[in-house]
Amino acid sequence: MSKWVLKGLETGVKTTVYPEKTETASGVTQGRPERLELLKDKRSVVNICPTGAFKINKNIYEIDLTRCIHCLRCLRSPEFPPAGWTGDYEWAFSVSEKTMKGPFSHCLHIRVVDGGACRACLCEISQTGAPYYNIHRLGFFITPTPRAADVLMVAGPVTDHMRFPLKEAYEAMPEPRAVVAVGTCALSGGIFGRSFASSGGVSEILPVDIAIPGCPPPPLAIIHGLLILTGRRPSLSVIDKPESRRKDK
Amino acid sequence: MVVETEIYKKLHDLSERIRHLLTNSVTVSIEPENLLCSIECNVDALPVVCKQLVSRIGLSFATMIVEESNEEWLIQYVFYSSRIHILVNVMVRQEIDNPSFPSMSSIVHALDWQEREAEDLFGIVFEGHPVLGDFVLHEEWPEGVNPMRRTFRPEMPYPHKETRPEWQPRRILQEPGAFMMPIGPIFSGISESAHFLLETVGEDVVRSIPRFFYKYRGVEKIAEGKHPMEVVLLAERFAGTSAFAHSLAFCHAVESIAGVEVPERAVQIRILFAEFERFRHHISCIEAICNSTGLAVAASQAAILEEEALRLSCEFAGHRYLFGLNIPGGLSKDLSKEDCTGLLKRTDNILKRLDRLYKMLQYSSSFLDRLEEVGIICTEDAIDYGLVGPVARASGVCNDIRKALPYKGYENVEFSVPCETEGDGYARLRVFFQEAFQSVMIMSQTIERLSDEPIYIPIKDYPEGSAIGWVEAPAGAAFHYVRIDSRGRVIRYRLTTPSFTNWHGFHLAAEGFAFQDFPIILATFGLSIAESDR
Ligand code: SF4
Ligand code: SF4
Repeated sequence: MSKWVLKGLETGVKTTVYPEKTETASGVTQGRPERLELLKDKRSVVNICPTGAFKINKNIYEIDLTRCIHCLRCLRSPEFPPAGWTGDYEWAFSVSEKTMKGPFSHCLHIRVVDGGACRACLCEISQTGAPYYNIHRLGFFITPTPRAADVLMVAGPVTDHMRFPLKEAYEAMPEPRAVVAVGTCALSGGIFGRSFASSGGVSEILPVDIAIPGCPPPPLAIIHGLLILTGRRPSLSVIDKPESRRKDK
Repeated sequence: MVVETEIYKKLHDLSERIRHLLTNSVTVSIEPENLLCSIECNVDALPVVCKQLVSRIGLSFATMIVEESNEEWLIQYVFYSSRIHILVNVMVRQEIDNPSFPSMSSIVHALDWQEREAEDLFGIVFEGHPVLGDFVLHEEWPEGVNPMRRTFRPEMPYPHKETRPEWQPRRILQEPGAFMMPIGPIFSGISESAHFLLETVGEDVVRSIPRFFYKYRGVEKIAEGKHPMEVVLLAERFAGTSAFAHSLAFCHAVESIAGVEVPERAVQIRILFAEFERFRHHISCIEAICNSTGLAVAASQAAILEEEALRLSCEFAGHRYLFGLNIPGGLSKDLSKEDCTGLLKRTDNILKRLDRLYKMLQYSSSFLDRLEEVGIICTEDAIDYGLVGPVARASGVCNDIRKALPYKGYENVEFSVPCETEGDGYARLRVFFQEAFQSVMIMSQTIERLSDEPIYIPIKDYPEGSAIGWVEAPAGAAFHYVRIDSRGRVIRYRLTTPSFTNWHGFHLAAEGFAFQDFPIILATFGLSIAESDR
């Protein structure tokens, strides 16, 4: 067994510098589409979006991240100039007023439920517990039982057959409890939408507190969502204003 | 031309042989351009036809496709020959108001679940099938509602019973102390939703009864009426961890309907990423296996390698799970020369560390004890259930679609198909490792002879027609059937996935072993429930 101990030591520390600093390693995030100035030739880019994630607001094309399925078409379409794209990952946001500050903020137990996710979202959630991200150091733990959980983390559009198991898991949790929806599917149904077999998002079934968009959201975005919940990082709408962008880099 | 006549000759010989075996009950035709031999027969002749194809000609089962038109039901049973690399398609028809076909599951065991699925979704009765009903649609659904029927409207949530009915399969064990142990649908940890009932008298699992389709998202139904450019998004997102393989199979199908030859470079880069995905997928399976045995350091090591592979995907393809890369007609992003060498070099680096991990695991006796002679599937069972992918190859069934039905690009690469015979957990682990090594070898061969062509050829419009696309997905053989109507929309999309095929045989491995081995056996299968439930 000693060789495994040595192997572990030899590997050294891999863990990300986030949230103390900004993680700059390449490939930690696929980025996200950004708001656009209303330009004539950008209109076609907007039409290209398969889920209608672009919204027009006065002279700006805004992105509804809860609909973006990261198909990258607005970025890569051969016919049109690419949309704006940013390579960040702090894009989770809070939907309700609920936070878990105070005694809870460094000891949060999370129950993960699969509501029909394609598995990519679940893999990204698992990665948050692996050495590169290691959420344990931040005081977040995955728990097997809803009875001991503070947070219910749901991925997937909540299929028809998962409605009851999901509700049961939620009801088994003690107060105070929060619901975190991970992935575009969990926010709007994503590519599966609302249909005979899927409810079109967790909020159809349970009150959602934190939204983590992305298809799938990279592990850092998931961590960002948990940090918002515990009041340790600001939510997207605040970050998005240029003047409040972080300066450490 | 030589190749084509060769295919023609093979198909011709085969069709002659089939005609000879089945005399006058069938009509046989061949389509050399699609590598296809079609057999039309009537319902009564079906059992004889299937029996002869499987036992005399030695074909393997690929997929079953049900289609409904205004006047009739059409079922296609698709088989393939791994010896002469062609498809054989058996078509039977029935009038629309008589949805009844003989069950073929006693002849082709892999059809068991296919028929159960079609019964739930289309309302077709398969005479002679031992257990129909309660498969895809759980009890909340009223009898007689069949979502895949043309008349069913998929847009809105379906109103049905609100109480949660209990699932109570029949118990078989009658001994005192026998009980049923439920696992799921919400497991411990981060896992997909599925339900298993383990019937036992104490230590050993005597019977394992799975219940799937908790994650049923109706992908085949919601794809109907959509443009292929939209359906490709579904194809990659219904099973995110093998997204590239499935979008590739879909693209193969629609490209063959459109009669488009994608440029050589696109074919090669597709192989590159398909193999890279297999590499990453297998690392993730290895991590799950280490995790299930409680070997934390090894699991962490594998997780590190997996994350590095994900980062590489993102850096070179723009997405950590390779979404958005495949589009009908080619790829959405090209790789520069430096990209290729960079990708290969860094993949090689991951590979070296994976190899070191493999060597360490081979000498960790406490780890091997948990895997060896656990969860055994023997060769006969693997053949009988028509298992595919690494699971089958660990049980001595050396079948790989890349060799059995070579698709674009694989004709020129040299690689071996790792095969083990023990059929236990350790054999499956070894297959995962060796296949990951082979994948990197294929990548390096492909990069060497990368051609200078465009990577995309636009497909203007889609003619009416249907086709099957296939790939060897990381978990095994996947078949995508697409039919496009006169408006250029998809009207039937049928997915046969390796996870669906292999979950059917999973109970064989779980039964007869102790409870505490169950999670380990589950991990060694390396299957996805999303891929099976669709
Ligand atoms: S990535 Fe795709 S889904 Fe997201 S905004 Fe762009 S086009 Fe729309
Ligand atoms: S949001 Fe995207 S990655 Fe997540 S479950 Fe849905 S399809 Fe999969």
